[in-house]
Amino acid sequence: MNDIAIELKGIDKRFGLVHANKDINMRVRKGTIHGIIGENGAGKSTLMSILYGFYQADAGDIFVDGKKIVIRDPNAAIAAGIGMVHQHFMLVENFTVLENIMLGAEESQVLNAGIAKARDELRRLEHEYELEVDPDAVIEELPVGLQQRVEILKALYRGADILILDEPTGVLTPAEADHLFRILEQLKSQGKTILLITHKLREIMAVTDEVSVMRRGEMVATRTTAETSVGELAELMVGRHVLLQVDKGPATPGEVLLSVENLSVRDRRGVEMVKNVSFDLRAGEIVGIAGVAGNGQSELLQAISGIRRAVSGKVLLQGEPIHVTGTADPSELRHRGLAHVPEDRQQMGLVLKFDESENSILGYHDDPKYLNGVFLNIDAIRKDATDKIDKYDIRPPNPRLKTANFSGGNQQKIVLAREMERDPAVLVIGQPTRGVDVGAIEFIHKRIIEMRDAGKAVLLVSVELDEIRSLSDRVLVMFDGRIVGERAPDAGEGELGLLMAGVEDSKEAAQ
Amino acid sequence: MSVPYAKLPAWVDYGLIPLINLIVAFLVAGLVVLAVGESPLRAASLLIEGAFGYGEGIGFTLYYATNFIFTGLAVAVAFHCGLFNIGGEGQAYVAGLGVALPCLWLDQFAPWYIVFPAAILGAAMVGGFWAMIPGWLQAKRGSHVVITTIMFNFIASSLMVYVLVDVLKPAGSMAPQTRAFAEGGQLPRLDWLLASVGLDIGGAPFNMSFLLALVAAFVVWVVIWRTKLGYEIRTMGHSPTAAAYAGIRQSRIIVITMIMSGALAGMMALNPIMGDQHRMQLDFVAGAGFVGIAVALMGRSHPVGIIPAAILFGMLYQGGAEISFEMPQISRDMITIIQGLVILFAGALENMFRPAITAFFATLGGAGSDKPLPAAE
Repeated sequence: MNDIAIELKGIDKRFGLVHANKDINMRVRKGTIHGIIGENGAGKSTLMSILYGFYQADAGDIFVDGKKIVIRDPNAAIAAGIGMVHQHFMLVENFTVLENIMLGAEESQVLNAGIAKARDELRRLEHEYELEVDPDAVIEELPVGLQQRVEILKALYRGADILILDEPTGVLTPAEADHLFRILEQLKSQGKTILLITHKLREIMAVTDEVSVMRRGEMVATRTTAETSVGELAELMVGRHVLLQVDKGPATPGEVLLSVENLSVRDRRGVEMVKNVSFDLRAGEIVGIAGVAGNGQSELLQAISGIRRAVSGKVLLQGEPIHVTGTADPSELRHRGLAHVPEDRQQMGLVLKFDESENSILGYHDDPKYLNGVFLNIDAIRKDATDKIDKYDIRPPNPRLKTANFSGGNQQKIVLAREMERDPAVLVIGQPTRGVDVGAIEFIHKRIIEMRDAGKAVLLVSVELDEIRSLSDRVLVMFDGRIVGERAPDAGEGELGLLMAGVEDSKEAAQ
Repeated sequence: MSVPYAKLPAWVDYGLIPLINLIVAFLVAGLVVLAVGESPLRAASLLIEGAFGYGEGIGFTLYYATNFIFTGLAVAVAFHCGLFNIGGEGQAYVAGLGVALPCLWLDQFAPWYIVFPAAILGAAMVGGFWAMIPGWLQAKRGSHVVITTIMFNFIASSLMVYVLVDVLKPAGSMAPQTRAFAEGGQLPRLDWLLASVGLDIGGAPFNMSFLLALVAAFVVWVVIWRTKLGYEIRTMGHSPTAAAYAGIRQSRIIVITMIMSGALAGMMALNPIMGDQHRMQLDFVAGAGFVGIAVALMGRSHPVGIIPAAILFGMLYQGGAEISFEMPQISRDMITIIQGLVILFAGALENMFRPAITAFFATLGGAGSDKPLPAAE
């Protein structure tokens, strides 16, 4: 009993209609490093947020050291000895290390006494855990690896015996990550319990003692790391779904319509998310990009469609260059025959407060057929929307209804109708069926294949591996910003899963 | 679904809720009146009587409302783009130059219908320019318009003191104001408009600017809901990510919207300068820029809502003056408190009663509220 640091029983959490955590049971042994893996959206972060008091579970109990506790807010979590190192650091950028560590634990209104005490305590912690940081350095001047160390020190300073690290290596260089793992080992040897959340299998294998796998809100398995393999974990993580049946004939690839050469893209934080990616996309084929979410697919899509500026590289659309590192702009690309169904339809693909017909022209609103000079031609827009509603069976068939009132599947059809009916040469689609009901999935898949058969080039990005496999003619696997392999769509799930997890030489490993 | 207050019938959303907010504001104001030992009922009847009870009162009410229509529209246009233009006050103030200078140049030899278009253009250009700078700073440098427009209010205030005292004040005059305009710089009153319904506006400065305000309201409606530019502005306002996806050039839209907003605020200057005083005085804006924020909030940023909201505030100004005249206990400052309460409840606390009302309509069971729109799965 006493060697269990944390036990979760029947934790359940819904956000509206999303069931983020379904009846989760988990035990974490004291003095171990326990990994939690799963794809983005599997519910890992929700579970940890419940443990740290950001959210309240709808049902279920939390036991710490065998005692049932209620964690209403982070203060309660801290009092129970739980500390958290967030994926995005919660540090005051223009404070010093010492000030950040004291923040919220000042103990009195006058700081002087507290500062001296904190400095001593910090020195002790640094020695004990080999976590050297200059206490007077200003946070914004420290590299991210050291900022993370400050986060860890902050938790330890508050007396944490259990540390939760949420995707800690996302912002670290490989060397910094190795250093972090040494620190974690050190903490473990001092008797701390560590929960490591990640979607990177290699990290799990490298440092954890036990690992729990989450998939679609459920805890699907817990394994002793020494007794499992990367292959097994990859399979558990991605899951074996029923392969959706899609009727499609063989592809007849034609000329290259989209050519990507050595493309590199950084995200908003300046982290390089797409690294030197090259591939060709031909008329009459669907190329699928498989990968665990967060490995650069989003940034790749955004760069190709002109939303995000690339750092370097070339993209040719129908043989003509797109100025991806400079002036490329989405409306120009639309005119040149590139249509884009974005991954995030609610934020990007649609304006939820607009009515259906207004969304059916988003991005094409400068087309003369929707305009009378500078005025919108409302009749033409509604007529056009009504035609699309009929053709794509969008329900309810009302072009004046607010878009937020359509279901996810029908919202997606609004976007697809808009982009596909423009008869583009190249169609770029991100997550075509995320949050879409089964009936609409089939419809959407059919449309995508019709586009291919009509001689369009389709680039498909999806985190649903079975979707990639059933639709694509070629599969490119993206990991850590790179295309790590190309496979036929009938390649084994295990093989693709390993590639997606960043395990090189997956052919041998799978055998 | 995460849209919290989604399905209220429109008449509740645009009629009932503002009305309830208003009633609560007046009830609280009544307590204030009671606290100084006067009768709230008498104050209320004085307020309404003063604002609507006779021709001159109505004339004044509509004169004030004209100011608030312009400034309310200015704030509303910026709202549609997701911008909060707090600088209507300064934009209108500086735009006084755009009105006064054409008047000073032309009033001796041109009739009002020549001077008026020149003044409209001048007001819009100067007001637009004053708002363009914060807009440009927001678009290109990320300086928040809330901060910069407030700062520009102060700059405007100092600038206008300098201009009025050191440049435009006639030699030998003691008052910080321009010379009085000749007939060409005076807008005709709309006495005939109220006379047509049998009212005599007396000395009220109800003038042509009111008609211009109505035209401006219509133009704003057309631009926002019926043009490509308005479509782009609304896309930006609702979802900057979607605007980026659509290829809408965000900095261009921000600058254009701020120019439009400033131009509307600027046109407010026509009303007091050409329509009433026939000269430009110090502080002629008198808070109308700030009232515009409340008007836009209360009018839901829609011209059809802004006009009645502006008339409501016109009523508070005019009727309030009447109360302080009749009830010595109630000073001019008390009226400001009452106006503040209306702003508080109708603007800042506009959503206070909404959850309760939504719940109430939900219990009515399907009365328009729970109609099963096939919502998100």
